Amino acid sequence: MVKVKGIFEKAYLFVILAILYAPILLIIVYSFSNSSNFRFDEGFTFEAYISIFTSEKSPALWDAVGNTFLIAAVSSVIATVMGTFAAIGIFAMGRKARRVLENVNQFPIINSEIVMGVSLMIFFVTFAFPEGYLRLIIAHIAFCTPYVVLSVLPKLESMDPNVYEAALDLGANPFKALVKVLFPMITPGIVSGFVLAFTLSMDDFIITQINKGASTGINTLSTYIYSDARVQGLEPFWYAIFSIIFVVILALVLTLNLVRINRRKQKAAEEAKI
Amino acid sequence: MTNAAATVLKPKRRFKLTKRVFSYPYVLFMLLFVVIPLVMILVNAFLDADNTLTLENFKDFFTDKSSLIILANSLLVGVITTAICLIIGYPLAYILSKMPSGRVLVLFYVLPMWVNFLIRTLATKAIFIAIDVPLGMGTVIFGMVYNYLPFMILPLHTTLSSIDRSYIEAAQDLGADSSTVFLKTVLPLSVSGIISGITMVFIPTISTFAISQLLSNGKIFLFGDSIQMKFEQGLYGVGSIMSLVMLVFVLISNFIINRASRKSGLSVGRSLW
Repeated sequence: MVKVKGIFEKAYLFVILAILYAPILLIIVYSFSNSSNFRFDEGFTFEAYISIFTSEKSPALWDAVGNTFLIAAVSSVIATVMGTFAAIGIFAMGRKARRVLENVNQFPIINSEIVMGVSLMIFFVTFAFPEGYLRLIIAHIAFCTPYVVLSVLPKLESMDPNVYEAALDLGANPFKALVKVLFPMITPGIVSGFVLAFTLSMDDFIITQINKGASTGINTLSTYIYSDARVQGLEPFWYAIFSIIFVVILALVLTLNLVRINRRKQKAAEEAKI
Repeated sequence: MTNAAATVLKPKRRFKLTKRVFSYPYVLFMLLFVVIPLVMILVNAFLDADNTLTLENFKDFFTDKSSLIILANSLLVGVITTAICLIIGYPLAYILSKMPSGRVLVLFYVLPMWVNFLIRTLATKAIFIAIDVPLGMGTVIFGMVYNYLPFMILPLHTTLSSIDRSYIEAAQDLGADSSTVFLKTVLPLSVSGIISGITMVFIPTISTFAISQLLSNGKIFLFGDSIQMKFEQGLYGVGSIMSLVMLVFVLISNFIINRASRKSGLSVGRSLW
C-alpha cells in the first residue's frame, strides 16, 4: 500500500516536471530544424543558429542585445552603490525613520509592474524627461535598488558591531574603518544584491515596454521579441535564440543554487563536528 | 518580542557605526521616482483632459460596460488560475517536503521562473499553434498557470518543509490516521504558505500584460493589458483610475500576506528572492 502511494507520488512529480519543461525541450529540439512548424522537413541543421548572424533582422537583434546589457550594467551598478549606502544609512537610523524607509523600499517590490510602469511614464511625460536611455535607466534603478537594500541590510544586522569599533579604537579613521572593515564584512550581501539587480533589469519587459517611448526605436531583447513575434509569430531564428537563453539561464541558476546548497551543507557539517 | 528587540537595538544606535547621510541620495531618488509618480497617478485620476478637477473619470470607468467586463474577466481568470495552481502546487510541495532530497528537487520546479515570461509564453504559443489547439480562454489559463505555478510552489514548500516533524509524529502516536494527521496538523500549519501562494499568483495574473493577448490572439484582454492600452491612447484619467483599482488589490493582498506571516512567525513571501 505504502509502495503504491510512493509510486503514485513519484509519477505525479514527474508529470508536472515534464509539463513544465516540455515547451522548453521542444523549442530546443526544433531549433535544429530551421522551421516554425515543429517538423524536420529540412532534416537536422544549424541554419537557425547561423541566421542569428545573417538574417536581415540581425542588426536590430544585436542592437537589442547590446541595449539589454548596457541598461542592465549601468542601472545595476548605480543601484548597487546607492542601495549599499542606503542600507548602511537606514541601519543607522532610529526605529521610526527606519520603519518608514523600509516600507517605502518595499513598495516597488510589492507593487504591480504595470502600475509602476505607468506611474513613471506619467512622471516622465509631465516633466519632459528626454525619451530613451535616461528614462529606461532611471526606471530600472527604481525597481532594482530595493532588492539591493534588502540583500545588504541582513548582512549589516548579523555583523558584529564591535569589530568596527575595535578598528576605530586601534586608530583607523572612520573612512578607513568603513573601507577596510565594514565593506569586507557585507560584501556577500553587496554581490548578491548586484547579481539580483542585473538579472531583474535584464529580465524586465513590462516597465521597459511602457517607458521606452515609441519614437526612439530603442529596444531591449524582451521588447524586441514582443514587437517582432507579436505580429508574425516566431521565425526559426527565434527558436535558436530562445534555446540559447534557456540553456544559459537554466545552467547558471542551477549551478548557483547547487553551490549555495552545498556550501550550506558543508557549513552544517562543520558545525556538527564542533 | 518587542521588549527584547528594543534592548538589542538600543546599543546599536549608540554606535557611530554608520551614517544616516549615506541613505539620503536613495531617499531623494525614491521620493522623486517612486513616491511622486504614484501621487501623480492619484492626482491624474481626478483631472480631465484640460487639467481641471473632475469626478468624470470615476463615472466613466464605473459606468463603462466594456472596462467593467474586462475587470470581471481578469478576476475570473485570476481566480481560476490561482485555484489550479493551488490544486497542482499543494500536493507537489507536500510530496517534496516529505522527501529528503526535496530541497534540491524543488529547484527544478522553480527554475523556469528565471526565464523571461515572454519567451516562455511565446514558446507555449508556438506549440499550441503547431498542434492546432485553438487560442482562447483555455490557452490563456494554461499560459498563466504555466507562468505562475512556481510562485505557488515556492512559498508552500518553504512553509511545509519548516513544519516540525514531531508534531506529525505526535499526532500519529496519539492514534490519528494519515488523513486526520493531514487535515488537523499539516493543513492548519501551512495556512500562511497557502495565503502567500494565493496572493503571489493572483496579483501578477490580473495585472500582467501581454500573456493573455498573445495566447488568445488579441481576443482576451485583461486588466493589465487595458491599463497599458488606456495610457497608450493618452487616456491618462481613466488609466489612472484603473491603476488605482489595481493598487487597491496590491495593498489588500500585501496586508493579507503580512498578517498571515506575522501569525505564523514566518516571512514566506520575501524568501522568494
